[in-house]
Amino acid sequence: MVSIAFFVIYIANTKSAFATMETIKEGKRPLSFVDEMKTFLDERYHITLLTLPILLLMVFNILPIIFTVFMAFTNYDKDHNAFNRLYWWVGFQNFADVFYNNAEKSYTFGKVLLWTLVWAVFATFSNYILGIVLALLINKKDIKAKGFWRTMFVITSAVPQFVTLLVMRLLLDDKGIVNAILHTNIPFLSQTGWARVSVIVVNMWIGIPYTMLSVSGILMNIPEDLYESARIDGANAVQQFTKITLPYISFVMTPYLISTFVGNINNFNVIYFLTQGKPGAVDYHSGAGTTDLLVTWLYTLTVSEADYKLASVIGIIVFVLCATGSLITFNMSKATKNEEEFS
Amino acid sequence: MTTKQTNIGSMQTGYGQRRKIANIVVYIVLAIMVVIWIFPILWLVFQSFNGKEGVSLNTFFPEVWTFDNYIKLFRQEGPMDASQPISDTNPLIVLPIERMTFPYGRWLLNTFIVAVFSCLISTLIILMVSYALSRLRFKSRKMLMNFGLILGMFPGFMSMAAIYNIMEIIGLGKQLFSLVIVYSSGAGLGYQIAKGFFDTIPRSLDEAAKIDGATRNQIFWIIILPLSKPIIVYTALTTFLGPWADYVFVSYFMKGDDEKFTVAMGLYEMLLPETMNEWFTVFCAGAVLIAVPITVLFTIMQRFYVAGVTGGAVKG
Repeated sequence: MVSIAFFVIYIANTKSAFATMETIKEGKRPLSFVDEMKTFLDERYHITLLTLPILLLMVFNILPIIFTVFMAFTNYDKDHNAFNRLYWWVGFQNFADVFYNNAEKSYTFGKVLLWTLVWAVFATFSNYILGIVLALLINKKDIKAKGFWRTMFVITSAVPQFVTLLVMRLLLDDKGIVNAILHTNIPFLSQTGWARVSVIVVNMWIGIPYTMLSVSGILMNIPEDLYESARIDGANAVQQFTKITLPYISFVMTPYLISTFVGNINNFNVIYFLTQGKPGAVDYHSGAGTTDLLVTWLYTLTVSEADYKLASVIGIIVFVLCATGSLITFNMSKATKNEEEFS
Repeated sequence: MTTKQTNIGSMQTGYGQRRKIANIVVYIVLAIMVVIWIFPILWLVFQSFNGKEGVSLNTFFPEVWTFDNYIKLFRQEGPMDASQPISDTNPLIVLPIERMTFPYGRWLLNTFIVAVFSCLISTLIILMVSYALSRLRFKSRKMLMNFGLILGMFPGFMSMAAIYNIMEIIGLGKQLFSLVIVYSSGAGLGYQIAKGFFDTIPRSLDEAAKIDGATRNQIFWIIILPLSKPIIVYTALTTFLGPWADYVFVSYFMKGDDEKFTVAMGLYEMLLPETMNEWFTVFCAGAVLIAVPITVLFTIMQRFYVAGVTGGAVKG
């Protein structure tokens, strides 16, 4: 570290000496040290601002990620760990295992990946559609006490997620209060099919207020004169909705939709606090359960299985999934392309 | 609603009536939804006052009302001190699960410390990076942004094990400060929303200041920041709430060291199968205690939150 810092300063020094030489050649007075330092508050202000953040990122984000990516090509796990120097490079062995080589691993991976995608689709669109519906209901013209309704829903999303999710887990327990009220014996969280539906429904409970909140903001931003002119042109309520409200919402919300999708692929909280990926399945590889997403499986692999090599392979695959999703977002949102337009 | 109906006149009573019915339906739907949304929260609050130990299944309202759960939360620091000498004199003795204690007051303090420091550092970093990327033009700007975008796509805790090893190497293993670093080191990647906001501040302001001889440093502090109150509040709020709700890193970093837990981790431990029956109502009390200040904070800041979310969403 110190030697790197020294090297950087040395380079900078040489560079500045060279620049001074140039200015003297041009017949001007060279910059003094104080002036030089002042450039860090003006022409070179970006260096002042960005050095610390980038340094932190280097040491605590990039470096660990590089290590982790390397792990994917070794056999680092609880049997081969750093203490006895027993791990070595295995090339693409781990990737091959996950995709086709090892029947159990590739079967589990396929199943978990499929469920991750199914989950992401359902979780995203259920929240999106119902959130918009709720926002429209609350913002309907004749509805009174809009603030009250909004606040009721917002309160629930203000409670930390792990609290509400743990409460939900208790409510939906086999012997929980929901079963007691309904006089039923439904295995909400302990049987694969039910558990998968339950996590999606609970996710709606968590996510709809957020969507409602942002859609409400958008609805309030729609210029009223749009509707007025539409009314003058004889548009009825349905036409106003499909021609003004809906296009407006979907235009603004599309980037949001895709980033929610990526967020749901990475949705650790809902799954882990509700089911921890359980119920387990006998034909699954170590630690994975039938409601496990790739990320929760990754967590279990790191924390309880200490199977770092497999965890890092999964991490890389999640990265590829998210990168694809984000790339689509990036290309679709015009805002990023014409960032200069506002100024 | 009713006044409008009279205004419309007798010609359109059919239409007015239909609208009235539609509104009633909307009210009913909203009411049902509010009940569904509020029910778990109310249940949690009521159970925190429940005098009967264990998870009550059949009653929504507690049979015995008590305040003991809240008291028990803070009293639990005692037994921990009593058990300390055991592990001090003989470090080989590992406390068995039954000896595990729940020093809630300590957790609350830990969480608060971690949250405040992460919030300060993260907010500063985010604002600095956003300003640099929004206003300053330098060679590697586009490259940095693309790089940040790619970096942000790695799952957050993928490299958890490696980060922990690094923390151990620099002597921060099992230290609260390591959590602060983890939560704020990645802040530089979360610049998008604040940058989107800065982009909307007219550039003519900068130029006017520059003509008057202001440096970029002065422009940042004197012109841009005072105009960005909503986004500063939004950033501070989100970075403050992050550590309150995070379970992943605490659970890995502080495993087995219950003095170093934050509330999220601690409350989760209360509901493990072996402790759940005895600690369930105390868990409820603990959950209510941390939920109340956050809910109040959140409701007050709602305005800024909406501004942040939609402002950021429009700009992508």
